[in-house]
Amino acid sequence: MNSHPPTPGPRGPLSRRSLLRGGLAAGGLGLVAGTAGCGSPLAAGLAGTQLNPGTVTFWNLFAGGDGARLQIMLDQYREQHGGADSLVSATFAWGNPYYTKVSLATLGNKPPDVAVAHVTRASNLAAAGLLEPITDDVLALAGLSADDFSQTAWKASQFQGQTYAIPMDTHPWVLFYNADVCSAAGLLGPDGTLAPIEGVEGWEAALTAGKEASGGFGAATATVADDSNNWRFFSTLYRQRDGSTPLVDDGGLSVTMDDELAIDTLATMRSWVEKGLMPATVDTPGAETLMFTGQSAFFMNGEWEVTTAQSIEGLNFGMSAFPTLYDTPAVQADSHAFILPRMDRSAEQLERAMGFVTSMLDQGLTWAEGGHVPTYLPVYESPEYRRITPQSSYADTVDYAVYDPAAWYSGSGSNFETVVGSTVGLVQQGLTSPQDAVAGIRSTLETYANTPNPL
Amino acid sequence: MSAHTVGAQPAVPTTPSGDAAPAGGRQRSAWLFIAPFAFFYLCFLLGPALYMFVASFFDASIVKSGLGNFIGLENYAALVRSSAFWSSMWHTLQFTLYTVPPLVILSFVFAVLANRMPRGQTFWRLAFFTPYILPSAAISLIWVFIYTADTGLWATVQKLFGDDSPTPVLGTPSIAMVGIAVATVWWTIGFNFILYLAGLQDIPRELYEAASIDGATPWQQIRHLTIPLLSRTTTLVLLLQIIASLKIFDQVYLMTNGGPGTSTRTALLFITDTGFADYRIGAAAAASFLLFLVIVTIAVIRQLVERAQQKGA
Repeated sequence: MNSHPPTPGPRGPLSRRSLLRGGLAAGGLGLVAGTAGCGSPLAAGLAGTQLNPGTVTFWNLFAGGDGARLQIMLDQYREQHGGADSLVSATFAWGNPYYTKVSLATLGNKPPDVAVAHVTRASNLAAAGLLEPITDDVLALAGLSADDFSQTAWKASQFQGQTYAIPMDTHPWVLFYNADVCSAAGLLGPDGTLAPIEGVEGWEAALTAGKEASGGFGAATATVADDSNNWRFFSTLYRQRDGSTPLVDDGGLSVTMDDELAIDTLATMRSWVEKGLMPATVDTPGAETLMFTGQSAFFMNGEWEVTTAQSIEGLNFGMSAFPTLYDTPAVQADSHAFILPRMDRSAEQLERAMGFVTSMLDQGLTWAEGGHVPTYLPVYESPEYRRITPQSSYADTVDYAVYDPAAWYSGSGSNFETVVGSTVGLVQQGLTSPQDAVAGIRSTLETYANTPNPL
Repeated sequence: MSAHTVGAQPAVPTTPSGDAAPAGGRQRSAWLFIAPFAFFYLCFLLGPALYMFVASFFDASIVKSGLGNFIGLENYAALVRSSAFWSSMWHTLQFTLYTVPPLVILSFVFAVLANRMPRGQTFWRLAFFTPYILPSAAISLIWVFIYTADTGLWATVQKLFGDDSPTPVLGTPSIAMVGIAVATVWWTIGFNFILYLAGLQDIPRELYEAASIDGATPWQQIRHLTIPLLSRTTTLVLLLQIIASLKIFDQVYLMTNGGPGTSTRTALLFITDTGFADYRIGAAAAASFLLFLVIVTIAVIRQLVERAQQKGA
């Protein structure tokens, strides 16, 4: 079975040795050429110098409509600060992969000057010692102070009494509606926007009317392939109930979920599917399409989906805060914020970084068009913002926004949201009972609570 | 899926090199030639592996300097008790069970068929091997498109056949892993196919001639000639396949990232999450070591089987 060809002897004028020698020389030349260019990444990496002195490096996690709007804002910054070289920006897939990159780059002492983080994740980065504190002096560099921001978001940006993040927006989970369907269902008020919906009965009545008018469903939201969305839906309803406690407390060391309320909330969510008011198995694009094509009166998701809705030709839609079905107003939300990863920076670098942050905050109106509620008060309180509709119709939600409970395993796109959200999705799809789901959530969260905090 | 060794013929201890050259000089030059590889092997494989083993006894956190506190076997004890770890090991095994049989059997069948083609063999060889040269990111994109809920290729086909609301493959916990397995079989079958084809072409034609003169049917020829003569290739393919399947990471990370929920989270994803998303590098090291033990056990079993085969032969 041995079929190896005989080893060929040396032949021809080009011996192996001379070939190797030539190759080495060529490679060496290439290396020299590569490092010769001033500011090449390789040279900077070898020498440990700054990649591009005078440039702000900025990492973010904005895709889709947010990404396009951010690009406009970044171009504006470049225009004002001396051209394309003034800013290097990189966008990464959001969630754990993004935060892992930020963490490892900071540990490797090569972080960006400024990065975006959800405030619920920034507190963990701060606890890990990966962030520069944003002191009053740092804020003053950009002419800012704590009073310039919505207080709910500002408080959420703190860790152990110290600010580590500058919130740029609040992004609540909201209600989208197909205005044509809602009009046919008699759900619109005299001003042509959605009439207020109150209580579970009011919600079910609206969904029933919407279902009749659309011939499909009353409301649609993703139940598969988007664990965070399932969590946002559940958290919104659960936290509207009197006596509901955060799922975890003590920084994640104890599980404090009110099992009874959680079971009842999940059972109610499932009942809407059983009554045919909501689809059992659908992902975000699918749920969205149902509302866009008039097969559902409502669609729920983060407000950022406004960009997608606006891109649908001939769609007549509106947005509003998710109604209060239970005792107190509450909607799940988080805030995008600017963080300064820990590194040795000169005063100039810090000032440049803060200048970039200010530029982004000043362009808050552009950002607000993407659906996000500005936290920077000069923008939030401006009449121009109020004129952006339907995006400003849920501006009040910032006052009762509920952020994810603090824990080392919690925050937007975290294991916490995956664990709870996936189980909620199984209930909506009818694959598990509310009782089993809550027991499952409790046992998984207890495992996390008993795991030593790595921060 | 990167480090396949294409050595279809396992080293058989044949005649030792007969020439008795001065051993000292030869040995020195041998070491010299090995040195560059040995250096990188030490720095980037043995060194880190040793560090990992040591770290598994500490509550090491990636965001704290040093190894942290010595906690003995606590990481291992916590893992053994953790349902998340066992379920990720189960998902790895599940993936292995879904992919190894089709990858071995189908590649054998296809190789036998391709080998019988009177002409156009190059085309078939290329056709089966092409997917294998694609990077995992590309095949993930292709299959995510195919599996897209409601509007994807697969959903469209199902709708053509009258299923109004087809279940989203990657969105349903019970079948997401099947979806990934199907994509993987399509992607990697070419490699085993080539190994089998090479093995087939090494079987002397005369054997088949003799068999057919003796009146053996084509099926009997496959059953009593081809399969036994390819048994070496089969053990090799099996081992490579099992190890590749136990290392499953890329496709799952890119197609579902372990979801829906944690229903496709495999051992390596669990380790990555624990080490880099949760910062718990000590616990991740312990999990890696347990996975290492499993893989070594399988490799040893394979070695024993091969030795038994050699004795039998």
